[in-house]
Amino acid sequence: MVTNEAAQTGLTVAVRDVSRRFGDVQALRDLTLEVPTGKITVLLGPNGAGKTTAIRVITGALAPDEGTVSVFGLNPLVDGEEVRRRCGVVSAKPSLYDRLSGWDNLDYAAALYGVDQNRRATIGEAAERFGIEHALDQQVGGYSTGMKTRLALARSVLHRPELLLFDEPTSGLDPESSAAVLALIREMTAEGSTVVMCTHHLVEAEGLSDRVIILDTGTDLVSGDPDDLVRRYWPTPTVHIDAEDRSGLAAIGDLDGVLRVEPGATRTTVSVDSIDRVPDLIAALTAQGVRLTRVEPYEPSLEDLYFAVRREHRDELSTDDLATDAGTGGLAPRPDPDAIDQSAVTTERTTHRGVSL
Amino acid sequence: MNWKHVKTVARTDLRQLAQAKDFWVPMSILGAIFFVVVPTILLLALTSLGDVEAISKVADAVEVLPQQAQEQIQGDTDAGRASYALAVFLFAPVAIVVPLTISTAVGAATIVGERERGTGEFLAHSPAGTREIYMGKLIASLIPGYATTIVGFGIYSIIVNVIVGPEVGGWFFPTKQWWILMLWVVPPFLAITLSVVLRLSARVKSTAAAQQASGLVTLPLIGIAYSQSTGALFGADRTSALIGGIAWGVAAIGLYKGMKSVSRGRLLGVADEM
Repeated sequence: MVTNEAAQTGLTVAVRDVSRRFGDVQALRDLTLEVPTGKITVLLGPNGAGKTTAIRVITGALAPDEGTVSVFGLNPLVDGEEVRRRCGVVSAKPSLYDRLSGWDNLDYAAALYGVDQNRRATIGEAAERFGIEHALDQQVGGYSTGMKTRLALARSVLHRPELLLFDEPTSGLDPESSAAVLALIREMTAEGSTVVMCTHHLVEAEGLSDRVIILDTGTDLVSGDPDDLVRRYWPTPTVHIDAEDRSGLAAIGDLDGVLRVEPGATRTTVSVDSIDRVPDLIAALTAQGVRLTRVEPYEPSLEDLYFAVRREHRDELSTDDLATDAGTGGLAPRPDPDAIDQSAVTTERTTHRGVSL
Repeated sequence: MNWKHVKTVARTDLRQLAQAKDFWVPMSILGAIFFVVVPTILLLALTSLGDVEAISKVADAVEVLPQQAQEQIQGDTDAGRASYALAVFLFAPVAIVVPLTISTAVGAATIVGERERGTGEFLAHSPAGTREIYMGKLIASLIPGYATTIVGFGIYSIIVNVIVGPEVGGWFFPTKQWWILMLWVVPPFLAITLSVVLRLSARVKSTAAAQQASGLVTLPLIGIAYSQSTGALFGADRTSALIGGIAWGVAAIGLYKGMKSVSRGRLLGVADEM
């Protein structure tokens, strides 16, 4: 059952201005996130960013101090059983019963989640899907990390949940197993499930996420389609150029379509108004006798985006601090020498909370 | 309350316990010592060996029993009467110490154990309600202790009848008071103890701490249960029924309050809910 609200908004999860404190630690601070139905949303952030707490708040396992949470249009604190029955969760630690066999672990979950019809067949299918069927009779305590993760994944899909919440699902896995797990996650969304995945592995999020939400210190910094976010942070195409004689590149700024030139130690970074300008640029430089050794269109990755967003967040925080200090005689803010040029972004962004695309 | 969830949680906990040989082997030995070894040695000493000194000591002890209890004692010989008194009146603590010890050991680890192993996360995200989880865990803690007691009681009955029966004219055990004790008085005391132990298990940070705290808390409870169960055996049927009734009332209150001790935050081990 999807409520009218969830159907109208197209959102399976809507978290608005949620704060949660554990003693002195502010785990979530005005967190707002939206998870569109049928998509993979990746929560990206360092350890302690609030990803796990966000998952716990979504299922109603933890109550927020402030703010509202809506899952399938329901309030998890009021309709917790209904919400949790429709969610499948894989936590950072597989959370399995080591003394029990793989089968018993799955049977336990099947019983709790109300898989009453064809339970044996359902368990068998889930185990087979995740390649763990051969080990179901063994005690889980003897499983490898990869096997445990596969069993936890199988357990999470037994009841065919509409929303899957994966908290660092590839934690502790070798690259091969990680790739297999990610492929399975992709497969599940293809079947119509909505997925929320927490990770701090940028490579995993790349190519997997339909929507990315970058968190830090319990706050969402930016959220949106990864490509849109990259375009927002890097609105103009950029090319790295180098030549045998770099002095030949000095006049590059005078060429048509060139917006900005940043000479560097190993290359010159050139921003152009369109990627179609690049062949003209090469032709013009060649005509001037410049022997080019490198022409490399720069495509910012999710990793670049992540670091750019976090750097910006840190700058804003330190600017706020310094501004506060300035009022009491502190130092003026200093620009971060490592910061990339984000003027196009910063002029559009009005608050530290970031913009949702 | 979804009883299906309760049953599922209880069944899984019991299944795990069945796998834990390091737990149930010592507990079985404990039950065997109390229900089999000690009674057999003592009763054989009185009946077969005819230990005069022991008979005289037990006979002295019988003298201090309430008149009502003394009137129930059967047997034509001193040895017979002494062994009857021993079997019927002086082994009451066995029926209390064994289930309380075993159930306390299970209950102390049950909630904090979920947290320590990380499986609390699974339960916290599951559709099972916190009251259902509590009830499931209570039942899973109660069954091993009570089941051991019932089995031990059965074996004890056979031992008593085989050894003392010939001295008092046939099989006589369990007496009516023992039936009341086992079915009406012991279960609520077990429930009272577990309601306290589970609350501790939900609040402490480690299984070791839970077991330490449970030991301290359950000692006085064992003392009370011991005295009351002895009173139930010595007194009239109405006394036993009254003791059991009061214990059931206290148990109901304890369990109701205990249900609130399990929260999803505690299963997850979040700092501000500990």
